[in-house]
Amino acid sequence: MEILGLLIPVSLGLGGLGLLAFIWSLRGRQYDDPKGDAERILSSEWDDHPKP
Amino acid sequence: MSDATLHDHDARLSACPACDAAPLASRIAGTRGVQEDIVLSLPTIHCATCITDVERVLQRHPGVRDARVNLTLRRVTVDAPGMTAEELIPVVESIGYEAHELDPAALSASAADRQGRDILMRIGVSGFAMMNIMILSVAVWSGAEDATRDMFHWISGAIALPTVAFAGQPFFSSAWRALRHGRLGMDVPISLALILASAISVYETLHSGHHAYFDAAVMLCFFLLIGRYLDYRTRAVARSAAEELTALEVPRAFRVTPAGDEPVPVAELVPGDLIRIRPGARVPADGEIAEGSSEIDRSLLTGESIPVAAGPGLALSAGEVNLTGPLVMRVTAAGRDSSLARLTALVAAAESARGHYTGLADRASRLYSPLVHLLAFCSFLGWYLGTHDLRLAVNVAAAVLIITCPCALGLAVPAVVTAASGRLFRRGMLIKDGTALERLAEVDAAVFDKTGTLTMGVPQLVSLDPIPTDARPVALALSQGSGHPLSQALAQALRETGTEPAALQDLREVPGHGISGVWQGREVRLGRADWLGARHGEATLSASWLSLGQGAPIRLEFSDRLRPGAEACVARIVASGRRVMLLSGDAAPVVQDLARRLGIEEWRAGVTPVEKAEALRRLRQEGLHPLMVGDGLNDTAALTEAHVSISPASALDAARTASDMVLMGSDLAPVAEALELARSARARIKENFAISLVYNIVAVPIAIAGFATPLMAALAMSLSSISVTLNALRLR
Repeated sequence: MEILGLLIPVSLGLGGLGLLAFIWSLRGRQYDDPKGDAERILSSEWDDHPKP
Repeated sequence: MSDATLHDHDARLSACPACDAAPLASRIAGTRGVQEDIVLSLPTIHCATCITDVERVLQRHPGVRDARVNLTLRRVTVDAPGMTAEELIPVVESIGYEAHELDPAALSASAADRQGRDILMRIGVSGFAMMNIMILSVAVWSGAEDATRDMFHWISGAIALPTVAFAGQPFFSSAWRALRHGRLGMDVPISLALILASAISVYETLHSGHHAYFDAAVMLCFFLLIGRYLDYRTRAVARSAAEELTALEVPRAFRVTPAGDEPVPVAELVPGDLIRIRPGARVPADGEIAEGSSEIDRSLLTGESIPVAAGPGLALSAGEVNLTGPLVMRVTAAGRDSSLARLTALVAAAESARGHYTGLADRASRLYSPLVHLLAFCSFLGWYLGTHDLRLAVNVAAAVLIITCPCALGLAVPAVVTAASGRLFRRGMLIKDGTALERLAEVDAAVFDKTGTLTMGVPQLVSLDPIPTDARPVALALSQGSGHPLSQALAQALRETGTEPAALQDLREVPGHGISGVWQGREVRLGRADWLGARHGEATLSASWLSLGQGAPIRLEFSDRLRPGAEACVARIVASGRRVMLLSGDAAPVVQDLARRLGIEEWRAGVTPVEKAEALRRLRQEGLHPLMVGDGLNDTAALTEAHVSISPASALDAARTASDMVLMGSDLAPVAEALELARSARARIKENFAISLVYNIVAVPIAIAGFATPLMAALAMSLSSISVTLNALRLR
């Protein structure tokens, strides 16, 4: 059962990473325009290089 | 860089909430030199191409630094220092999209956004904690023992306690508020369950106990927060659309100064100012006409469908519409003192005095909260007296509290309301008030206003027959020259028959009277009866007269155009067995004619605003729950008096403020649909209550008997929440 000492921190760390990613996306206002973002991915406007 | 400016804009708005509420004037004074972003409303955008087109055309326009479309809100925010919305609207319209200027002062989106993000953050944190604790709990449920179990409990506790403290805050603070006012809301049992479950679990962990309820406490937070978020979303969508309606009317007036006209915000007008009112514009303040003559449309204020002739000396009220000639008006009362603002304030006062309606959820929680506390306390007492084991008794009481906790109840109402209002929103109906849907389900009588509600407030020519065929080109040429609604209606009717306009010389409009020209050497005129030397007579329909220079003037009658869907809507409400009434401030024959056309048996004409409100009050005294549909200032009191009220988007701001729902499109049919949808939504809410009750009836005896385990609590909670949500989604 020593493996638990390794696996529990690992699973918590992975979950924590997910939480951080969520907080980051929330801070970046990525939930302000869900409809627009769903449509924007279809446009090829900024496919070659990101919007400056 | 440009992105930063957009963010700064939000930060600036939210850093000073008072600024958002203060009049535009102080904002301009305070932020002089700082460029505001321009916000345009784009009602017709719907796809990826629309977004790209609008952004590209705006970005290529010289002077524009950045443009960002928000498809959810159908708006574009443009960062263009030194430019005005008037310069940008044609740019967007040139590629075929409708655009309207929005007043950024009326949009207070940022504060509400923060609240939404705050709930989302708490959902995210409790979701993360729930998943990790569940992984550990599964190990405990499947038989982890001794030191392993204790370690898992300790780790769970280390995750759960901070999570409950953070994610449970909205419940704790609202429970505290309720307790301070001596009430037991839904949040008191929730908070008690959270605290008791965490405390007992810590105690059990310290003493190497078998059961810890960390998972249940966090799960409770998670599900209830989802209910809160749904609730918030519904209100945020409604509020932002309502704000947009207000923001569309940019309050601006043209002040006459020696150096020419200057545009000023309405908030800056003071009595004594001279302002110019262009034809077609709404009067921005109360005043008296100083020069010019025209006709005034008072339908929104009084319900009269016939325009009034206006000349120097006539008093105007804010909200009336100037029809034909430019007017110069001396302001007598502006802003807060104008009659329009006074009426709005009156309505606000009446609204706060209106008996507070308790929603189904509140009524359920009033029954529920004492019962839950009583059950938990009784089982604690029973077990303590029976076994004299304090630890066991507290454990059982905590299990009862957790299992009965209104997890499903907290989701039951928001899930149904979200589904119903989402569907109504797509049909063009906006719910402004949280309990409006439930009140709508109780409606058993519908009262309609006439002008602007059942009719469009736009005239329509009754018949072309009175005009001889050879005179039609002349009539068309005359009517095309004027912006008066009757002229426009005549021109449209003539164009539909394929008439070509005749060539006229010396065409000129005499504001307030009509339009004249010279045709084959004769003077021809189109206008008011007295100007053409005819008698208006007894008629009540709006009429215009055509003179061909010889013979008697020809009388042209106009009726009001029916709003699309009005017939179907009234027919459906009558068919559903509800009482339908028509109350109008207009003259009797017109009202009678409309009532007969729509099949409404009860109608009253020439009703004053006070009488309208009284009629509604009488209906309520008869024990009915009347729905009022109206748009004018004369309806506001009645809208407030009604059990539930609806106004079309074309209504005055005061009427929209007073009503619970706003109809966005011009079609009236969604009103009848909303009545039916409200009924089925109420049935669905009751079903949801029944479902959660069944879960409780099964689980509570087990908990009281002391057989409840954390696994059971987790299963009961998630099963009831999911079944309630699925049942709500059936409404779509």
